[in-house]
This record gives sequence, C-alpha cells and structure tokens, in this order.
Amino acid sequence: MSELALTLVRLGFLTLLWAFVLITVLALRRDLRQPAEARPTGRERKPARTARPPKPPRVAKQQKVKGSKIVVIEGPLNGTIIPLGDVQITIGRAPDSTLIIDDDYASSRHARIYPSEGSWVVEDLGSTNGTWIDRTRITSPTVLPVGAPLRVGRTTLQIQK
Amino acid sequence: MSIPIDVMAPVGRAIRKQPSRRNLELVLLVFAWAVGVLGTLQIGWANGVEPNSQLWITTGVVGMLALVMHGMVRWKARYADPFLLPVATLLTILGLVMIYRLDVAATERAVLNGSPEPTPDAYSQLTWFTVAVILFVSVLFLLRDHRILQRYTYTFGFAGLFLLVLPLAPIIGTTVNGATLWVRLGGFSFQPAELAKILLTIFFAGYLVEKRDSLALVRTKFLGIGFPRLKDLGPIIVAWLVSLGVLVFQRDLGTSLLFFGLFVSMLYIATQRRSWLILGGLMFIVGAVLAYFAFGHVRLRVTVWLDPWTYANDDGYQIVQSLFGLANGGILGAGLGQGFPNLVPFANTDFIVAALGEELGVTGLIAMLLLYAILVERGLRAAVSVRDSFGQLLAAGLSITLALQVFVIIGGVTRLIPLTGLTTPFLSYGGSSLIANWIIVALLLRISDRARRPEVTMPSPDEAVTQVVRRV
Repeated sequence: MSELALTLVRLGFLTLLWAFVLITVLALRRDLRQPAEARPTGRERKPARTARPPKPPRVAKQQKVKGSKIVVIEGPLNGTIIPLGDVQITIGRAPDSTLIIDDDYASSRHARIYPSEGSWVVEDLGSTNGTWIDRTRITSPTVLPVGAPLRVGRTTLQIQK
Repeated sequence: MSIPIDVMAPVGRAIRKQPSRRNLELVLLVFAWAVGVLGTLQIGWANGVEPNSQLWITTGVVGMLALVMHGMVRWKARYADPFLLPVATLLTILGLVMIYRLDVAATERAVLNGSPEPTPDAYSQLTWFTVAVILFVSVLFLLRDHRILQRYTYTFGFAGLFLLVLPLAPIIGTTVNGATLWVRLGGFSFQPAELAKILLTIFFAGYLVEKRDSLALVRTKFLGIGFPRLKDLGPIIVAWLVSLGVLVFQRDLGTSLLFFGLFVSMLYIATQRRSWLILGGLMFIVGAVLAYFAFGHVRLRVTVWLDPWTYANDDGYQIVQSLFGLANGGILGAGLGQGFPNLVPFANTDFIVAALGEELGVTGLIAMLLLYAILVERGLRAAVSVRDSFGQLLAAGLSITLALQVFVIIGGVTRLIPLTGLTTPFLSYGGSSLIANWIIVALLLRISDRARRPEVTMPSPDEAVTQVVRRV
C-alpha cells in the first residue's frame, strides 16, 4: 500500500474513533435532557403519586429555621436522628420516605414535615390512623413546636434544637 | 434488611419515563466493531499481511460476542444505560487490536532473527474475552436485583480479603517480576486481587450503608473541622493497614493504592464529610513516606520517576522507552502497524497505553481517556439516580475503582506519578483484569437498569394494607 493511502487510513481511523466519542457525547447530552422533556402519561402514574402534594417552596437561606434535628423518642426506631436541612422530610412505610417506619399502623405515605416561615410544619398525607401532635389529631398543616411529641403509628418523634 | 434513614435518598422525586434506548446501544456497538475492523485491516496493510479468513473469523467472533451481550441486556436489563456497553466494548476491541499488532511485530522480529514464531497473544485474549462475556451474561441473568448482594455484605468482605492474601499461600502463590500477585492452579494462573477489588467494593458499600450514620454524625471539632471520634476510626485504620500489608508482603504498589483510595472515597461519598478525605490524605502521606524509607522497591520507583534518564539502560529502561514511543507518536500518531511499540517491555500489559499512544498519537490517547471518562460518568450517573443507598454506594465505588485504576496506570506510563504495576482496564492483555472489569460493567448495568426503570415495581409495603387502630 502506498504511503498516501496509509496516511489516509491512519487519519481515517482517528476520525472514526473521535466520531464514536462525539456521537456518544451528543447522545449523552440528549439523554441528560430527556427526562425533563418527557412528560409522564396518566397511565404510568400511580394514583398515590397524583395525590402527592406539590413540593413546598424552599426556605430562603438566611431565614433561620427553628430546630436542627428530628429525634425518634419512642417506637422501634428509638434513638434515630435525622438532621433537618431546608427540604421537607417524608415519613411512612414507602421505601422512598426520608424516615421509613416499618410499622403496620403507619401508612405508606403518612406525613411530611416541611420548613415554612422559620418553623417546621407537619401535614398529614391522608393516613389511615392519623398524625397526632400530643393528643390532638391534625387535620390541616400544623406548626410543630420544638419538643412537642409527634405521633405516627407507634412511633413518636420530636424536634430538638 | 431495612435501612431506617435514607439521608441520601432524594425527597419527593417524580417518576419519569426514560426511553430504553437499546437501539442506540446497538448502533454504537456496530460502530465500535467497525473501528476494530478498520484498525485490524490497517495493521495488515501497513505490514503487508493480506486479510485472511482467520482474521475475518476473529473479527466475526468479536462482533458475535458484542451482540450476545447486547441481546442479554435487551432481555434482562431493558432500561440499563445505553452507553456503558458500547464504550467498554470499544475499549476491549482497541486492546485486542493493539495486542494483535504487537503479535505481528513479535512475529516479524522472530522471522528476522530466525527464531521460532511466538504464540500470538491476541487469541488467548479473545478466549478471555469470551469467558468475560459468559460471566457478564451470567451476572445479568442470575442477579435480578443488585440489592441481593447487600445480604452477603460480610461474606463478600471475607471472601475479598481471602482472595487478596491468596497469592501469599505457600504452593499456589507465585511471584512474577517481584510482585506476589499471582495464583497458579494446574497450569492456570490468575490475579485474585482483580476479583477481590469487586468483592471488597460490595463489602464497603454494604458496611458503610450500615455504619454511615455514626461515621457522619458523631464528631468532635478540631481546627474548625468536625473530625470523627477515635472509636469510629477503626475501619479506616483497618483499610490502611490492609493496604500497607499488600504493599509489604505482595510488593504491589498499585493494588495497595487502589484499595486505600477506593475506601477513602467511598467513606466520603457515604458520609459527605470532607474530614474523611483530609484524614485519608494524611494517612496516605504517612504511609507513602514510611514505604519510601522502609522498602527498596518503592524507593527505586520514586527515583526512576524523578530521573529516568540516568537509569535509561537498566531500571528506567521501560519508562524511557515508553516516553520515546509517546514522543514518536506525537499529535497524530505513527499509525497502527507503523510504530515500534514492541520496544517497550510488557507493551501489551502494563504499557499498552504507551503502545496505543505511539500509534494513535495524543489524539487517539485523548479519545481513549474520554471513553474512560464517559464510562465513569455513566457509572456515577447510575449511582446518583438509583434510589437505594446500597446501590448508590456500590455504583459509585465501582466507577471510582475504574477511574482510580486508569489514573494510576496512565499516570505511571506517562510519568505523571511514579509507575505502579496495574493493568489498564479493558485494554491490557490478561484474563483476570478483563473478566473483573466486565463483571463491573455488568453490575453497573444492573444498577442503572434499576435506576432508569420507568415504573418502580418494588415489592414495597405500599401494597400491604395499613391496619386500622380500633378505638374502644
């Protein structure tokens, strides 16, 4: 084979190698964008998902939210500590909950706790046995004061400083 | 096993439909195969070897193996990442092409010297690739869910440690080129450390999922940074000692570096605490300084690294030849079949990157580094998007193993860091390494399949009915 042909093949090989890399990277970019564009159809959505409340608005950074952690003070997970940040916490039996309680008396998506205007608010997500602050069953989103016992199934939680 | 707190699990993530993109995978696979065929033909043309039937059969077999893997992914991991398989296949094919090229050089040289022709390595590498594909297929077939691995955390841990020390066993252990890495059983030798790498990653992932809360939350402040308590330091000290042990008894710098780096980065990912990185870095420096003063072979590596030209004819011969090769390659490379990569000792194992760099130039080398980057990125992407902490840690750990290994060996060959004997994933000649890396790809595919599956079909407690409290 002539020198020229070999040079062409040599450059051709490198071009092909780079073409593979570039095609992959381009497809990869599409792959990254895809999920945001593809809207889930109704059929694929689970009913539980549609009933899910929208994400709470994020609290501004400078706003200091009272309480730094949630502690389980009673129940099978006694002693568990969850650090509180600026995002909501979900409680339930579903494996994607923040606090997964393996308790027959808790619903799969039982309650959520989210920051709002400097305090933590509890909302019951339509649980079977209810979410209780002290002895009161909550019916609407309620502010959870630091130290108040929050009961979900057989578990009691408390916000601590 | 249930994990009570899932700090890393994203809260309130909507489930989105991900297209499976299997066809894209197939197109990329065919592309990778075509690159390999062109490379093989080019070597033939440059060396005056006519493309014979043997060559077509070999390329055909490689294509078939790729299709088998693709079919398996279609069947058992439909939603898995479409990039992992083609990229890993292309790297393996590039390795095969280069090994074939070195075979051609070795044959030419033998003919020139009038000595008998050496047995070609390309065919045994192809055999290893076949074994790797069989294992790849079995992992995807047998392992339906990566979370099953978590049940055997400690079994994997012990098995990994056992494999790691196996080369030190009296009869079967073998020392090759100063490093006790090999186990020989009935004419059949392998490097157990390659497999141990996977088993220990599984162990680290399972262990850290269990222990990360105490490792992350309990800490004492020192110099403004929260450091873990002394009693929580146990695992990192054990990992450090094991790494040092590998260095001392097996004289294997690369594996030792790989394990410690892997453990520290997984600790960091699990706890998200920078103090572990600082601690790990400090322990690494202490270990490195100790090793430098205590062991001649480590000192030699460093000396050669700092000044290879003084030792160009003895201890630095390999690295100097590698640098000459890379310089000869330049920007665009000498062209496949047109360089002299066979002048570097161990050109098809440790120094395959030097051989590829000589013939494909820095252009080709960067393309290959990008392929590794894509591979690692896809692995980490699987780690980010899978929902269970064990899967997250496992995918991240496996990707980091790949990344660390590529960095350590390519850094060594290009004289960025002292040379340590590690194989280049997918490219190097050698069965253990090829098999281990393909198992890693299979595990990553399994995890990414779980991560990208559109509908979560977990046997979750969702289905169980909540019991109603009866009020009397």
